[in-house]
Amino acid sequence: MPLLKIENLHTFYGHVHALKGINLEVEEGEIVTLIGANGAGKSTTLRTISGLVRPREGRIEFNGHLLNNVPAHQIVQMGISHVPEGRRIFTTLTVMENLMMGAYTIRDERVIQENLERVFTLFPRLAERKNQLGGTLSGGEQQMLTIGRALMARPRLLLLDEPSLGLAPMLVRAIFETIREINAGGTTILLVEQNARAALKIAHRAYVLETGRVVLSGPAHELMQDERVRKAYLGER
Amino acid sequence: MQFLQQTINGITIGSFYALVALGYTMVYGVLKMINFAHGGMFMWGAYIGLTVTTGLVALVGYASPWALVPTLIAVMVAVAGIGVLVERVAYRPLRTAGRLAPLISALGMAFILESLARNVYGASWKTYLPGLVPGGRVALLGNVRISVMQVLVLLVSFLLMALLYLFVYRTRVGTAMRAVAQDHEVSRLMGIDVDRIIATVFLIGPGLGGMAGLIVGTYYGSFDFTLGWSFGLRAFIAAILGGIGNIPGAMLGGMLLGIVETFAAGYISPQWKDVIAYVILIFILIFRPTGLLGERVAEKL
Repeated sequence: MPLLKIENLHTFYGHVHALKGINLEVEEGEIVTLIGANGAGKSTTLRTISGLVRPREGRIEFNGHLLNNVPAHQIVQMGISHVPEGRRIFTTLTVMENLMMGAYTIRDERVIQENLERVFTLFPRLAERKNQLGGTLSGGEQQMLTIGRALMARPRLLLLDEPSLGLAPMLVRAIFETIREINAGGTTILLVEQNARAALKIAHRAYVLETGRVVLSGPAHELMQDERVRKAYLGER
Repeated sequence: MQFLQQTINGITIGSFYALVALGYTMVYGVLKMINFAHGGMFMWGAYIGLTVTTGLVALVGYASPWALVPTLIAVMVAVAGIGVLVERVAYRPLRTAGRLAPLISALGMAFILESLARNVYGASWKTYLPGLVPGGRVALLGNVRISVMQVLVLLVSFLLMALLYLFVYRTRVGTAMRAVAQDHEVSRLMGIDVDRIIATVFLIGPGLGGMAGLIVGTYYGSFDFTLGWSFGLRAFIAAILGGIGNIPGAMLGGMLLGIVETFAAGYISPQWKDVIAYVILIFILIFRPTGLLGERVAEKL
């Protein structure tokens, strides 16, 4: 049984039909990436899974539980953490307070300490800056903080929305390396990226979205060879 | 000497403003909305306090300042209840309706709370029973004196403000409150039940406001149903002055407004105190439009 199973998912923003029947599966332990142009529905798919928007039709099943009507704050508790697009850290809270908000659903102080150590091992920079206000961090550090904050809940499934957006090339490489590391530690990842090349390189499988529909899917290394993908998303002629 | 005396009086009145201003600023923090019904809730604190003390005195047979202790608790619980109820029926259904609808709803609740008070208690001035207020004065330096009531008022106000500060800046739920003030959506992604945090704010803000109502009622001795507007608006101005959305700002703004008003009345003219006080405040806002401690809000708007 897949960890996440999405069937015929339809989501609307007002009158805009953003998702038009998405089918998608993520197996435990995988990195799956969603690629596609702006407005294809990648972020909306993540937002529907994490409960920020409600689907009009279809099913989202996680670990055998139907998520359609579960409020966002309870979905976190079920094991899904969503890192939204655009480094939305709490700028007026310290780095430490940001991380503690990530662990909001956990009451066991020992588990929180364990998760904190893990995050600090992954991002030593955050440990150095733990008493600084989030707003004083650099762009790359803020991105580390959004990911670290999500990991504080120790999710089974991590939803990442454009983690490389607006970062310098060297930092992009570091972020993708970190994603692979997180996955190696046992966390399943659903990754949305504009940077299709880098995403396909670390992913096991990929789905290509166009205007709210899945138009192509398969193992990432196969899609990387696919002519349509190479032309449309990898910038080749 | 007169300066010290005026300052003490100013701080006393300032602490009333601060307690009420905290309610405006906390609600603005999490909802970006001015809760115009807050003055009404504060006024209900004075009325409920009146009922409870009258009942207690009838029960015991004599009036003692000790009656204020259970009254304070009863008022806090009752007004916090009003706050949560108002949020549930008048604000939560309008959560996604933009900014204007909740504002109108708040004004409506303000009128409802005021009319209810007038209909239940009548339009005449109400007076707390004599004997409830501790008498006596303590000499400070030379001929500067502070009444026992003032000492108590200041102690209670500062204790409440210190507790609130510790709650908001040192606890898990308080931190979540600051997180919600910044970003509802990301707060939900952290597993924070945003509606519950907002309800908590409507428990604390009106709770403090209700206590302030009781304290103001007993300090001045008498009041009527216009207390909510007259006093509530001043506290609202104090919140703006300190930087709305900022908790230390509300405390500072309240103190400053109280002191400026008292100085204007004491040194210049009691008839002109409002004119002078508000001209000064307008000047402060010209140079610091976001209020004294309001940078964070400016960043967001």
